[in-house]
Parts: sequence; C-alpha cells; structure tokens
Amino acid sequence: MKDFIFIFRGPSPEDLNWTPEQSQASMQKWFNWIGELSAKGRYVGGDPLVREGKTVQGKSPVVTDGPFAEGKELLGGYIIIKAESLAEATELAFGFPDFAIDGSVEVREIMKIPMPS
Amino acid sequence: MSNGAGQSTQQLVDHLFRHEAGKMIAVLTRIFGIHNLELVEDTVQETFLKALQVWKYNAVPDNPSAWLMQVARNRAVDLIRRQQKLADISGELRQRLQSETENTIHHFFLDTEIADSQLRMIFTCCHPALSQEDQVALTLKTVSGFGVQEIARALVSNDTAIQKRIYRAKEYIRANHIQFEIPAGLALAERLETVYTILYLLFNEGYSSMKADELIRHDLCAEAMRLCKLLTEHRVGAQPATFALLSLMCFQASRFDSRLGEDNTIILLQQQDRNKWDRELIGLGYHFLNQSSTGDYLSVYHIESAIAAEHCIAPDFESTNWEALLRLYNYLLERKPIPIVQLNRSVILARISGVETAIDTILDIPNITDLLNRHYIYAAVLGDLYGKAGNSAESRRLLEKAYALTPSLAEKKLLQEKLSGLHFS
Repeated sequence: MKDFIFIFRGPSPEDLNWTPEQSQASMQKWFNWIGELSAKGRYVGGDPLVREGKTVQGKSPVVTDGPFAEGKELLGGYIIIKAESLAEATELAFGFPDFAIDGSVEVREIMKIPMPS
Repeated sequence: MSNGAGQSTQQLVDHLFRHEAGKMIAVLTRIFGIHNLELVEDTVQETFLKALQVWKYNAVPDNPSAWLMQVARNRAVDLIRRQQKLADISGELRQRLQSETENTIHHFFLDTEIADSQLRMIFTCCHPALSQEDQVALTLKTVSGFGVQEIARALVSNDTAIQKRIYRAKEYIRANHIQFEIPAGLALAERLETVYTILYLLFNEGYSSMKADELIRHDLCAEAMRLCKLLTEHRVGAQPATFALLSLMCFQASRFDSRLGEDNTIILLQQQDRNKWDRELIGLGYHFLNQSSTGDYLSVYHIESAIAAEHCIAPDFESTNWEALLRLYNYLLERKPIPIVQLNRSVILARISGVETAIDTILDIPNITDLLNRHYIYAAVLGDLYGKAGNSAESRRLLEKAYALTPSLAEKKLLQEKLSGLHFS
C-alpha cells in the first residue's frame, strides 16, 4: 500500500461559534471517521495546524502575516493514510466530516524516493 | 506527527461538553467575577476549540474532563498574570502575589470548589430581581451550557428573543453589582424556592410542551434532573424539598417514553403500557422520596411527588387508589390554590363521585369562563367529562374550542379522535 496525505481546508472552528453540543457533535463525527480508518488499518497519523503563521514570498522575499486565506481556503490540518491507489484514497476521503461546513480535502500521494542502489 | 488512537472508535459521554461548559463557566466566574461573564464565556469557547483541534486527530485524553479543566485553568492563570504585570510594583512583590494567586486558582479547580461555584451560579441566575423568563434563559446558558439556538428551540422562542433575555439579565447583574454567592439565612430559603420553581419549570417545559421537538425536550428534562441532583449533593442544597422535587422528576420521567406513540400521538395515562415505564427511575423516585422525609416542613413537591408515586404504584389504571389521590390533591389545593390544581383534582373526583360532581367543581373554579376561552386544557378536560356524562352537544362545543386553542398537532389529533368518538356514540 502507498501513503497518501489528506490536506484539510475549511473554516476554522473559531469562526463557526459553535455551542458546546455542536462542538461535541463535530468531534464525534471526526472520531467516527478516524476510528473507521484506524479499524481498517489505514490511519497513520495526523496533526492540526496552529492558525497563526507567516508567509515568505517574492523575488526579494517579504514576510506577510497569516491567516493567508480566509474561510474555506484556510489550511486546518492533515492526516496520512494508507491506500492501494489514488482512487481508493479518494474514496476514503468521502468520510471527511466537514463537507457540510464548506470544508475540502486535497488527496495527494506521498512520493517515495527510491534509494540509489 | 502524532500517532492515531486505538482500534475502536472513541466516544464521549453524552453532553460532556455542555456539562463541562457549565462547570468551567462557574469556576472561571469565581475567578474573574460575574461582571466578566463575557470574558469567561470566551475562555470556555477557546478551551473547546483547543480540544476540538487536538482531540479529533489523536486520542481523547484518558480524563477529558480533567484535560478541559486544566486548559481552562492555565488560561485563567495566564490572563491574571498578564493583568498583574501591569501593576506598578516591585519584582519581589509581583512574584509573591503571583504564586499566591496561582495557589488560589488551583484551589478553585478542586472538585468540591467546582460544585460550590456551580451552586453560586445557579443561585445567581435565579436572583429574585430577574424576571422568570430571564432566569430560565440565563440558567440554560451559563449553568447548562446550552447555546442560544438550543434554548430557543427548547423554549419554542426565537434566537433574537433569547439573546435579548440573556443580555438583559447579564446587564442587570452587572449594573446592580449582584454578588456571585450563596445567600445566607432567610434569603437562602427564599432563593431555594426560586431555584425549585425554575428547575420544575425547565422540567415541565421538557415534559409537557408539545411544541418543541422530542430530542430537545428530553434534554431539558434530563438537565433539570441533573441540576436538581447537583443541588442535593451540596450541603446547602440538600434540603428535604430538594429531594422531594428530584423524586417527583424521577417518577414523571419514568413515563416519558410511554406517553407518545408512533407519529407522535399522545397516549393518555389510562392507555399507557405500564411495562414501558422505567422501573429504574421509579426506584430512584422512591429512593429520593425517602430521603426527603426529614424535617417538619412538607413542601408542595412532597405532595406532588406522592401523587406521582401513587400512579406509579398502581399495576393498572383501574386499580389506581383514587381515594388516596383525592386526599393528596386536597392537601395540594390547600397549599397551591390555583385553577390547574383544581382542574386536576376534579379529574380524580370524577372517578370517585362521578362526572356530574366533577363538572360542577370545574364550573365552580373562579373565572372559569375566561379560562375556558383561553387555555385549551380546561376546555379539553371539561369537554371530555361532558362526553362521559352523555352531553354530546356541550362536549363537542368544548372539544372544538380546545382544538382551536392548542398549538400542538399531537393535542389536536387527540381531540379529533375524541370528537369523532362523540359522533358515533
């Protein structure tokens, strides 16, 4: 099996102003999804990203403050999973709990660089 | 990168976040003061955001509650430290003040102190200067961790109205320097009465309101019971009347699931499948009723609980001890001489002295004409009794009136059935 990264974009929970009950409901959806991936032996790991950050860019690079994008473009975190193919990985991404709140998943295969023998 | 959780799907205790929100709000209010309720609520929100971010990718900590409390505590210490930095004092004094403050904050986060803070919050929300509707909204928001939309759904109101109530209550508390404390002496007894009223109101709103959806009504009943239980667990709240109220709620709640059939039709006590009554809750009802039998003060909750128990003890509707119920209703009427108690008493009276007597008692209720025109329950009950007495015309008139008055579809359906029953008889 190959490794894939799921990159999550979408509104940050702090913009959604959830009630405790709504937060818990969202959390439970995530548990269900990650739990299912784990049970299938597909979940490798993952992390959230801190919202604040910097961007460095330009020919004579300049630093700008984050957040770099708003709403649904905001990068929130990533997980790494195992799948047979891009098609299968994409199918697994359908379980992502945040589509309803304008979230998205970018599915990318992690390239394994062969060691020169 | 952190590793994934175990193989099985993680599950949080139902309403954990709501309950923890209530706890955190109470403790943080003890630290920052009731006038800083906004800051407190923001801090709680931040704590949940952190949990949301961290837990969903990884494992839930072994003790989620302790984790949340620790995050909230650290945040409180941070905020206070930042404020103290502003004070123009020597480094040595600052350090001493800081360590003392931190010790105090840690102390506030001990379990017993959390319970104490929660009680203060309940008492503050039930401050007599606030209107009853503001008390209810504020309690659900700050003690129970309900959101504005959830409160609106539960009380069949709208978001703006609820927001207004909460804002008004908070402003009043701030402007009048209401203290975050447990009242003492006579004030305590009075405040407890208000707390009982609010808890009973929350429970009834959940139990009887046919307007709100079933899920939120269940939550409301469970929440009223949880708060009442909380009260019994604190030395100040552990009064006979508190136990009586809790037992009353247990008896009523035991019938929660048997009151509605498919398509949300109402099943009356007479037709309910008593096997569906929750035996565990009935047992708890008796347990708390026993605990309430101390002291020499008989509260209305004692009487109402005894009434509910009388229904629970009867193996079927026919073997209900109507005489005992009537005696209890007579006591209740003495203590609570209000029309709805008179109405309920007359239903019992109909079983013992016949429907004619019951009808006369209802017609004797002061302002009955007005009540019949305004509240469906009076028209529904009286109409039903007229039907049993064979007066179809009067029965139809009243049942139709009740039909027009009730906003509840389930009630309408029930009345419709009674009306068509008349038709065929």
